[in-house]
Amino acid sequence: MLASITGLFAEPWALMLLKVIAVFAVVMPMVAYAVVAERRISAWIQDRIGPNRVGIPFTNIKLLGLGQPLADGIKSLVKEDLTPAHVRKAFYWMAPALVLVPSFVVLAVVPFGSMLGAQKMVIADLDVGILFTFGIVSLGVYGIVLAGYASNSKYPFLGSIRSSAQMISYEIAMGMAVVPVFMLVGDLNLGAVIDYQASGAWLVFKQPIAFAIFLIAIFAETNRLPFDLPESETELVAGYNTEYSSMRFALFFMGEYAAMIAGSALMVVLFCGGWTLPLGDFFNTPAESLGQGLLHIAVFIAKTMVFLGLMIWVRWMLPRFRYDQLMNIGWKRFLPASLANIILTAIVLWVLHS
Amino acid sequence: MKVDRTELTWWERLYLPTLLNGFKVTLRHFFSWKRSGVYGDKQKGYAAKTTMQYPEEKWDVPTGYRGAPYLVKDVDDKTKCVSCQLCEFVCPPRAIRITPPGDSGVVDREGAEKMPKEFEIDMLRCIYCGYCQEVCPEEAIYLLEDYAITGENREELIYDMEKLLALGGADKRAYDHHVQDGVGDGIKKWETKTREAGEQAKFH
Repeated sequence: MLASITGLFAEPWALMLLKVIAVFAVVMPMVAYAVVAERRISAWIQDRIGPNRVGIPFTNIKLLGLGQPLADGIKSLVKEDLTPAHVRKAFYWMAPALVLVPSFVVLAVVPFGSMLGAQKMVIADLDVGILFTFGIVSLGVYGIVLAGYASNSKYPFLGSIRSSAQMISYEIAMGMAVVPVFMLVGDLNLGAVIDYQASGAWLVFKQPIAFAIFLIAIFAETNRLPFDLPESETELVAGYNTEYSSMRFALFFMGEYAAMIAGSALMVVLFCGGWTLPLGDFFNTPAESLGQGLLHIAVFIAKTMVFLGLMIWVRWMLPRFRYDQLMNIGWKRFLPASLANIILTAIVLWVLHS
Repeated sequence: MKVDRTELTWWERLYLPTLLNGFKVTLRHFFSWKRSGVYGDKQKGYAAKTTMQYPEEKWDVPTGYRGAPYLVKDVDDKTKCVSCQLCEFVCPPRAIRITPPGDSGVVDREGAEKMPKEFEIDMLRCIYCGYCQEVCPEEAIYLLEDYAITGENREELIYDMEKLLALGGADKRAYDHHVQDGVGDGIKKWETKTREAGEQAKFH
């Protein structure tokens, strides 16, 4: 019996499945606790306390409110799931899933650790990693557009129109921003980007402009403040998710937070050295022992959390941009800046190599 | 209306000063654990920031607060209500229901003709307007400081006379009046009112 189980894990597909489950098992709680973190941090910034009651069910142990995701989850599951009569049902039902799925699929190409045993810690070690990522990230907009269209109501529709315009604009700037990274690295594989950074300085120091543009574009891609025009509740009620309730609404929420995690992970991989730390060879060479491998994964998750924290923090700091300002920044500032950055990098590389 | 927009300098248009200011302000608030007294002195020193952690901490009920109407007893622990039914009549949402004693009127104090056989207030209907307190000639019903009226079913929230008297307790105001001024029996409101009005009307 045991032999057959260990034999099973020699199969590549079984290992792949195990990795998928492991990533899912880490990311789902991260999504849940990102929501709690958002609520607590927003409360502290606004001189409130935030949810601090829910602990272990049926006891008086409060645990600083860490049981909150459970309560939220049960609440969204048992709430009435209302489908308004005027919606286009098939699209209406499909939209939340379409928002959630791309964020998770992006994580497939992210190398979240060095090695664990003989296994590379990435689900799909694609040679076109970053192209795949951009392809999938742009699918995220379909969920929102579909939600707005299927809701057949004016506010969701306006929200989805804004979203599509915003995401397309910022995707270009985002794509252009990472071109210099790959000019330096010479490979589109995300693992190669980390190897490049392991042997030298992190790319955030070599490409600060690219990093800044990419960071801001990620804010826009994940519909976070100051770019949350698609759901701007002061003007559009709740934007594209106005007509949604219950678990479907929660799926939109989870999609947003999963996208935040995916975006943070991408930022860590592309600019902040992935699982590496500039603290000697132990943190910079692929792991040989199990403990070292786990430590590398922990480093990666910690870095991702730093970026998640930044995204949450910024949300409670800045007001929303006006629509024309948003478009101005995207097309008139970031796009030229990223193009100039490409040319600058090309010139520097040409000078250095000739 | 035409709004004049101030021309931003090159530095300001980078959004960087705004960003830095934002980081500064949010950080300051994030790390500030100043005590707040927005809900009254009782909260000071307990609560961090401005949130009141309700069931554990409660706000100071201001004087003159109109909470739930309860029946009060006089200084000798006797029922003040004389079943005149004025409050029942004046009550806008008809929350009060008084069952008069009929022929078998029993009273537990001197000077009263009768007392109610049953006195019910439906706390779900009460709107805390205070008309009953105002109209009562015997100062027998007061809007006291209770604001959290909770129950598990509707029947539970119809308070009967026993409960109302227990919750109301002795009438502090009548007691003070009785002891300090030594005037009357501290019960009949209109006597007091007339006396006060007479004092005010005196030519100084």
